[in-house]
Amino acid sequence: MAELLAKYNYWIYALLLCVGFYGMMTKGNLMKKLIAMNIFQWAVIFYFISIGAKKGGTVPIIPGGHGGGHVVVEATSFINPLPHVLMLTAIVVGVATTGIALALLIKIYKRWGTLEEEEVLQRLRDRDEVKG
Amino acid sequence: MTDRWGDLIIETVARLLAPFLQLYSLYVLAHGHSSPGGGFQGGCIFAASLVLIVLAYGAKEARKRFPEKVNLALCAFGVALYAGIGWLCIFLGGNFLDYGHLSRLLPADPVMARYYGMAGIETGVQITVMAIMVAIFLELLTAGEENG
Amino acid sequence: MGIMAQLPALIVVTPLLLAFLVYLVGIFRPRLSYPLVLLGTSLSFIFSLGILYQVLHSSAPLSYHLGGWEPPWGIEYRIDHLNALVLAAVAAVAWLVVLFAKGLVDREIELQKQPHLYTLLLLEITGLFGITVTGDMFNLYVLLEIASFSAYALIAMGGRGAAFAAFRYVIFGTIGACAYLLSVGYLYILSGSLNMADLKGIIPGLLHSKALLVGFAFMVMGVGIKMGIFPLHSWLPDAYTLAPSAVAALLAPLFTKVGAYVIVRVTYGVFPLSFSVKDYPAAEALGWLAIGGVIFGCVMALAQRDLKRMLCYLIVAEMGYILMGVATGNRTGITGAVLHIVNDAFMMACLFTVVGAIHYVRGTRDLDDLKYLHIQMPLTSAVLVVGGLAVVGIPPLCGFFSKWYLILGAVEARRWGMVAVLLLSSLLNAIVFFRLIERAYLEVQPAEAFVPNGGTHLKVKLDSLPKGMIFSLLLLASALLFLGLFSGTIVKEIIYPFVNGL
Repeated sequence: MAELLAKYNYWIYALLLCVGFYGMMTKGNLMKKLIAMNIFQWAVIFYFISIGAKKGGTVPIIPGGHGGGHVVVEATSFINPLPHVLMLTAIVVGVATTGIALALLIKIYKRWGTLEEEEVLQRLRDRDEVKG
Repeated sequence: MTDRWGDLIIETVARLLAPFLQLYSLYVLAHGHSSPGGGFQGGCIFAASLVLIVLAYGAKEARKRFPEKVNLALCAFGVALYAGIGWLCIFLGGNFLDYGHLSRLLPADPVMARYYGMAGIETGVQITVMAIMVAIFLELLTAGEENG
Repeated sequence: MGIMAQLPALIVVTPLLLAFLVYLVGIFRPRLSYPLVLLGTSLSFIFSLGILYQVLHSSAPLSYHLGGWEPPWGIEYRIDHLNALVLAAVAAVAWLVVLFAKGLVDREIELQKQPHLYTLLLLEITGLFGITVTGDMFNLYVLLEIASFSAYALIAMGGRGAAFAAFRYVIFGTIGACAYLLSVGYLYILSGSLNMADLKGIIPGLLHSKALLVGFAFMVMGVGIKMGIFPLHSWLPDAYTLAPSAVAALLAPLFTKVGAYVIVRVTYGVFPLSFSVKDYPAAEALGWLAIGGVIFGCVMALAQRDLKRMLCYLIVAEMGYILMGVATGNRTGITGAVLHIVNDAFMMACLFTVVGAIHYVRGTRDLDDLKYLHIQMPLTSAVLVVGGLAVVGIPPLCGFFSKWYLILGAVEARRWGMVAVLLLSSLLNAIVFFRLIERAYLEVQPAEAFVPNGGTHLKVKLDSLPKGMIFSLLLLASALLFLGLFSGTIVKEIIYPFVNGL
């Protein structure tokens, strides 16, 4: 039991994932769906970052660097930088997704005057463009 | 928010803060090698300074300083810088984005040439991100009415 | 020799650079944007043929190290026989659809916005090529998202309900991409590597781990949403129906096929063969999904009146076929799946371009308005017949051969449900297409009953379509025949080396 609780980062990310998923499924307002999608993406980002962490780890930079003389390096105390780098890209992807979705929402609002999914679907059905 | 609010305190504070934000973003870009930072973060902070000006002065004033065509041309320029450095590496004999070969052009050994190559592409990324963030913000603000 | 070695990077970077060039040029001279797009896709097609040539004449897969870093520390572009074949097919279809697209884009989108559409088109093609050539799991995620964003924006450019369909696609697509990213994370935690070839060596030592199974499940779910597997397909009909016709003609054949390639690559190129067949009954579960997809797609296609929507449901059925081939777990079935990826790209491109041409001339996509098509548009009707027969699976067109391998694979795996569904669905497809052909050809009425374009003479020259559209329709139809006649060569030279290496 203690071992399960020690991996609390997985519990947190799973909770956020479920919150995001629930929001996307059940909420009728398109803006709320978008916010829930954002939470969903951020849950995955938190998961990745948490797996790179290490108790008592330090920043993986060699002081002095190139041509600065020889420095003794303890590689085992470095945290893993790869998940951080990957998540920079994923954050950019998340920002771009949010930007596109917001632009689409503006277009939908200008066209139909509402952001409620049920109303938009009703009007589309009335015009026989979308079959449910 | 497309018109000026006319509030003296907000306008003055925005005007005073914006250059410091921009300078800070350049610091973040330059320190990306050895501390958290880099192109994307610097670009966001730079864009934040411009968004601050837009919030204080209104979109119409801001558009006069930062026309949309310049914005989008900057975005394309940033990507061209990034891909151009990559292409340059191919021409100099290496693979795509193999900065070590840049040492033939720059007065540095292959290891430091990688350093400069990375700085170059991060600059391209910063320019693009800044232009795109401001473009997204202004488009969403005016609901796409300004230029469509 | 220098440029031949750089082709894997060039094929991805050239459309990317040209995309921004098209945008810049389009601000000043919008009319120049289309020639640049055509140049970009033609160059990419030539590059892909060069890559195919190189792969066929070398003993090991082409390996290109981005940035000079060796894998597994650096990103690697790795092209073996499977990659090269799918890349050539995608590049060819992209080129033909871009040839086709000019007439429709000129009619549907105003001149000032055309550079935007062409930029997005080139970015989409960049993403699709990148997904096909890359050998790194995270790089695949990035390129998948590039292709997806361009698809969202392209679909939203159609009028009427397109923005809402695109928004739904955004929500669905993001769930899929995040699921894929999660699976990459799980595989990374277990193995410490992101490189596909490296993972192939590490995973057999990890087969007892439950996290590996969860990773595989997330991966299939994520890519399945993008690919349009039943029951994760519900974004597909609305999105591709409401998109502009040229956009649907590009996206519908290509995007789903590239997703199918990713599933084949992950299931058999990263995970070992025994994972899906012996250790966990993953193949069996996928098989049931595939059977459901084929039945659902064929039945729903029968129920549609809108031609484009009918084709979208047929895409779901075709994805079911490919998934069936993957789920058989034996070499014959996988051969059928890979051959079907290539064949279906051309078949669907052919059919979508036909529907686009009908829309261009008659302004309608309704089934009942196909009357007298063979009089007004004889060429288009002929291409429709060729495409329809290919989907049904009549030799010597290409559809027959891939279905043959799929049936053989299903028999070998003793999945009698699959065999029955394959045969039944061919019958359902025949009903769908013979309905179309009957309406187009067999409703003979007096010639005076129909007056196209205000003239009284019915002999319209070359279907009243622009030259680009005619050219690409003819090329697509002859490609179907060509692929069918040369199926044996394709299978022996290209697919067997990949499949026998599993």
